[in-house]
Amino acid sequence: MSREKTIALVGNPNTGKSTLFNGLTGLKQKIANYPGVTVERKVGYAKIGGEKYRIVDLPGSYSLNPKQIDERITYQVLAGTYEHEPAPDLIVVLVDASNLDRNLYLTSQVMDLGIPVIVVLSMIDVAQDRGINVDADRISKVLGVPVIPMVAKEEREVQKLRDYISGHKVDPPKPLQWSPSEPLQKAIETLINKWIKPNTNLPERVWTIEALRFIGDDQAINLINDIKKQHQLREIVEEARRLLEESGKNYAAEEVLSRYDYIEKCTSGSVTESSEKIETISDKIDAVVTHKIFGPIIFVMILLLMFQSIFSWAEPFMNLIDLLFIETGTWVSKTLPEGILNDLLVEGVIAGLGGVVIFLPQIMFLFFFISILEGTGYMARAAFVMDGFMTRIGLHGRSVVPLMSGFACAIPGIMATRTIENWRDRIITIMVLPFMACSARLPVYAIMIAAFIPNESFLGIFTLQGLTFFGLYFLGIVTAIIAARVMKQIIKSDIPSPFIMELPSYKMPKWSGVFYNVFDRGRVFVTEAGKIILGISIVLWFLASFPRMESQNNFVAEQSVENVNEYSPDQTEQQQASNKLRQSYAGQFGQFIEPVIKPLGFDWKIGIGLITSFAAREVMVGTLNTIYSVQHEGDEQMALREKLRSDVDSETGEPIYTVWTALSLMVFFALAMQCMSTIAIVKRETNSWKWPAVMFTYMTALAYICSMLVYQVGSAIS
Amino acid sequence: MKTLSDVKKKSSAIVKGVKGSDTLRLLEMGFTPGSKVEVVRAAPLGFPIEVKVRGYLVSLRKSEAECIEIK
Repeated sequence: MSREKTIALVGNPNTGKSTLFNGLTGLKQKIANYPGVTVERKVGYAKIGGEKYRIVDLPGSYSLNPKQIDERITYQVLAGTYEHEPAPDLIVVLVDASNLDRNLYLTSQVMDLGIPVIVVLSMIDVAQDRGINVDADRISKVLGVPVIPMVAKEEREVQKLRDYISGHKVDPPKPLQWSPSEPLQKAIETLINKWIKPNTNLPERVWTIEALRFIGDDQAINLINDIKKQHQLREIVEEARRLLEESGKNYAAEEVLSRYDYIEKCTSGSVTESSEKIETISDKIDAVVTHKIFGPIIFVMILLLMFQSIFSWAEPFMNLIDLLFIETGTWVSKTLPEGILNDLLVEGVIAGLGGVVIFLPQIMFLFFFISILEGTGYMARAAFVMDGFMTRIGLHGRSVVPLMSGFACAIPGIMATRTIENWRDRIITIMVLPFMACSARLPVYAIMIAAFIPNESFLGIFTLQGLTFFGLYFLGIVTAIIAARVMKQIIKSDIPSPFIMELPSYKMPKWSGVFYNVFDRGRVFVTEAGKIILGISIVLWFLASFPRMESQNNFVAEQSVENVNEYSPDQTEQQQASNKLRQSYAGQFGQFIEPVIKPLGFDWKIGIGLITSFAAREVMVGTLNTIYSVQHEGDEQMALREKLRSDVDSETGEPIYTVWTALSLMVFFALAMQCMSTIAIVKRETNSWKWPAVMFTYMTALAYICSMLVYQVGSAIS
Repeated sequence: MKTLSDVKKKSSAIVKGVKGSDTLRLLEMGFTPGSKVEVVRAAPLGFPIEVKVRGYLVSLRKSEAECIEIK
């Protein structure tokens, strides 16, 4: 069987590439990361004229002189130098009719690659609204490639492309139609003869475009790892550049200017623009949403709506999922015979799965909004409005939405950083995002504040408890800002990162695209981060359940806490659970690390909680409940609060927990990386274990130092 | 030397040349000598600015606008 043919979709960002991709492939698509990088690889299959085609949606690019990692992948795939993806048999270039010049620039580069090209002219409706009429036939004649006008929103329009592909044999276009000037041609030849031929095994069809990359930009040279080779190449490039400079040409500009000259020749006569200035709906909307005063207000309102959705609207669904998994767990535990398998299934697997699925409502709600904001073109405006504020703290205008989402939960927030195109800005946003006080910290803050912070009023209208709450949120935000500024200094990118951001015309979002995206983010989370979360859940279950206590009666003797008096059956069960946990590996480990966490004011019981709360921060409260054998009736928080307050050191008789222990613990929770789901999603989104490892180490170290300072200084002064 | 960062809101200018480390990308985005640029509006703190070039809108930070020399 012969290999199926590959069609690559190429185009500038915001040209409707994904819509066409969805239209061609339907649901038959696979989305994953390209190996080793954070760029998403979208591959699908389509039947065109009875033949099966592989469709690759390459990352949106402005040029084949790559500036970002995703553009580099597009270039490498098209050049046939990317090891994980063969060069395509046919390239479909999407060209935005309302923005012809810049889109044809990329097209003219793609046409030099020696691969058959079909141009799809999209957004004709948008162009017409602006008074621009494009003569597709004429452009096709001038370029020498088929040009298919298309409004990609409708199925019959996609059919036009299918019909063309099945009905015609497309030949590669004639390369270098933009006719490079003589000095540029000589420079190209120099590079081909002295560098490309002797040092690479690139196919002949990409020699010219590869040579042009070196002539125009140093970045391509810097990517050569071997220092000696790099030096040799630099000399050849300088020789080629001298050829241009000697005839008064600017080496960086020569190729671009020649291409634009050629494009202007193509479009003159093919494009008619109405002479009167038309104020489009897009302009009118822009005047309001990017207004100096209304702009930020509108943005904050939209953020509030998103907040509302991930905090409140998602909650009933989360409760339902919770209930469903608890009920399933109860049913399984009653149905199967008691024993290790039963425990593993109920407390390890089902609880672990529940811990994965519980995130879905928040992820899907957030991406519903983000997809709409991206799809309409508003997201770029939000970034425009916020960029001035965000660059002052070392971040990017597009960091705002992910960071704010982090107040609900870091998981959807980190997934939302995908909207930040620049790799460095994206990594920094991911790395500081877990400092935003997520909702899982609330139960821990609540119990500690209620137990140890006096409810005294402060300056009349505030209370100390309220101020502590505020302080913890504030601590998270300030730490995030400082960390971002520091990281901006440390993380150097091998690729410079211009903030040249297009503000695309507004359009109605395509609903099927929105739902694809929402569904897709959910699927990616469950299948990719989910397996890591499930794995860690089972490990945590094992640590908290083994070694198993054989005797059920000797726990009384080991009781170090109070009330050895009379037990109701419930209390007995609670005491057993407490003892089981104390003797488990997690319990032993909690005691083992006690010397390490002692300077923070923590004892082994908190140590156990720090380990179990790796499953999710709020598990801390449940663990303390179990350790202190709090009964499951009445006000649990109240009961636990009292037990924490009255717990005394068996030797000295001093209370174990002071207000400084509580503050130290809360600071630790504010700053430490103790959430396995965050680790899992950072692994997925950065496509390596390096970044989650760095995140875990620096956050935990920072938390340790700050908590120790709080506890030691606090205890000393009181 | 006057640059795009000096152009007032709602007024336009003609590009004379591009300099700096982002030269290639700015040229590729259409800021070629002779093309008309219009500053449409500015963000709340003055920058970035929204610029119309070759019929589309692009947002530029101050440092980038300063790389575009105008006539």
